[in-house]
Amino acid sequence: MLIRDTLSLTFSALQSARARTSLMLVAMAIGVASVVVLTSLGEGARRYITDEFASLGTNLLIVLPGRSETSGGSASMFMSDTTRDLTLDDARALLRSSHIRRLAPVNVGASQLSWRERSRDVSVFGSSHDLLEIRHWTMSEGKFLPPLDMDQASPVCVIGVKLRRELFGNNNAIGQWVRLGDRRFRVIGVLATEGRTVGIDVEEVIVIPVASAQALFNEASLFRIIIEAKDRDAIKRASEFVKRTIRDRHQGEEDITLVTQDAVLATFDNIFRSLTYTVAGIAAISLAVAGILIMNVMLVSVSQRTAEIGILKALGASQRQIITLFLCEAAMLSLVGAFIGLLIGQGCSWLIGYFFPDITMGAPLWAVGAAIGVALITGLLFGAMPARNAARLDPVLALARR
Amino acid sequence: MIRLNNIHRIFEVGDQQVHALNDVNLEINDGEYLSIMGPSGSGKSTLLNLLGLLDRPTSGEYILNDRKITTLSDDQQTELRRDQIGFVFQFFHLVPRLTALENIELPMVLAGISPAERRQRVEKILDAVGLEGRAHHKPEQLSGGQRQRVAIARATIMQPSVLLADEPTGNLDSVSGAEVIEVLEGLNRQGITLIVVTHDAALGGRAAREIKMVDGRIVNDINNAKARA
Repeated sequence: MLIRDTLSLTFSALQSARARTSLMLVAMAIGVASVVVLTSLGEGARRYITDEFASLGTNLLIVLPGRSETSGGSASMFMSDTTRDLTLDDARALLRSSHIRRLAPVNVGASQLSWRERSRDVSVFGSSHDLLEIRHWTMSEGKFLPPLDMDQASPVCVIGVKLRRELFGNNNAIGQWVRLGDRRFRVIGVLATEGRTVGIDVEEVIVIPVASAQALFNEASLFRIIIEAKDRDAIKRASEFVKRTIRDRHQGEEDITLVTQDAVLATFDNIFRSLTYTVAGIAAISLAVAGILIMNVMLVSVSQRTAEIGILKALGASQRQIITLFLCEAAMLSLVGAFIGLLIGQGCSWLIGYFFPDITMGAPLWAVGAAIGVALITGLLFGAMPARNAARLDPVLALARR
Repeated sequence: MIRLNNIHRIFEVGDQQVHALNDVNLEINDGEYLSIMGPSGSGKSTLLNLLGLLDRPTSGEYILNDRKITTLSDDQQTELRRDQIGFVFQFFHLVPRLTALENIELPMVLAGISPAERRQRVEKILDAVGLEGRAHHKPEQLSGGQRQRVAIARATIMQPSVLLADEPTGNLDSVSGAEVIEVLEGLNRQGITLIVVTHDAALGGRAAREIKMVDGRIVNDINNAKARA
């Protein structure tokens, strides 16, 4: 039998049973559409999270004072009080490594910021010139902190764009003197709005030199040290170096916690990837249901078409040809259904993406391929039994029934 | 040539055995016109199905054109059925969703014959059975006689050596029945072996050779041609 004839016979069979055909198409389409929508949701969430973390900077290594395990913290952390402060000297010592490109000590606190009669509470970041590069921030006006020595205080500050708006309105901010706590600082720059970033709101922050912050809060200990490694490969050696150096400086105790950005990212990536798989698996159930519907409807179709099958056999159709015809029907249904489902799924994804622009929607290619593949396989698998039943039909009985 | 030797066909119905064919011996030459008559349940349809390779005997030997059919595989039988045997049924058995032309094409489609050659052959045969202009009608748009002529065209499109007709006029009025018989006998005159199963004594009597069956046995084998002569 020619392929063209097989297809046209199949097509005319499907066309002559419109209700049955459209029912099966709908079932298949729903199955495939749900796989597409759910996986693109999962993928969107994964991308959202990983982008968030990537926007923190690249190849980052964060040093926190105190030893804590990611598994909830060791008992000793709460029992003993031997934690030493992380100091500027520690930070300076770390700069000696060739694996570390730059680092920024960070001190945080809260204080009151005021200009003329306006004032508000702000979070204060004490840091250094390199923080700008490390965090991939950009300036909208002026300059960032000057490259001072770490322990050199300077009465300058950089503010977030929202602070600038609230405090200065239409006035020029650059060069103005503001009061922060009991000290005065001159505004030298305004940070640009970031698309998004985890943890802190760049729009509402004020950044001053770390030594100034230490004086302001009367606190010598650092909140953390943010390190940018030379490249991806250097992260491991850099963290070795950090541990060794701090241990040497802290009388043999490794009382810091190192968080690598990669580890955090990988964890989230894994969580969301398995989430996507799970969701896809759940959606695949609807594909299986569609398959069972196809089987059911095809069994009915075989029993309704016994006479036709009998004729085909009497005219010299082999069992294989009859199986081929019925499987071809199942395959055509699955593929067309899958295609419709794909369109619906992409449409829904697009709609979700339109209303929630933060989430980059879009089903991963593997999910699209898998959905079509699974649809085809379910169709063939569940079409196999009806097809075999048809092929085994006794032509004498099939033709006798009237 | 067809030869049946000691053919038995036994059906199991519940725990009962039905002896549908009981030691049938028959020889049919190429180009013969044969009718098989008998009351219902006499085994004439079973015999026809067996001759048409739709059924296998329980025991015995069937030789068609010097080939031992009884030892062939299913696929070989299917191929032989497609190329050597044409069926005409009482209820026409056309595929309702296909047009007359598509119905006639079916055996050639199954045989994998190219569309160009199919068209040629169909055109020729539509003329022969008097269905010009009806090619694109669905069976439901055709009269009974026309439907049966489509069925005959379909049965003979592969130029089989044997044409089997099961009550071909059983569902037709006398005028269209006569037309159908005319077509069938015309084909027989061109050399095809025509075997007709019927209740109708008048129809059975037209055949050159008349076989009567009772209870699965051939009880009478009359050569009308000789009697007429």
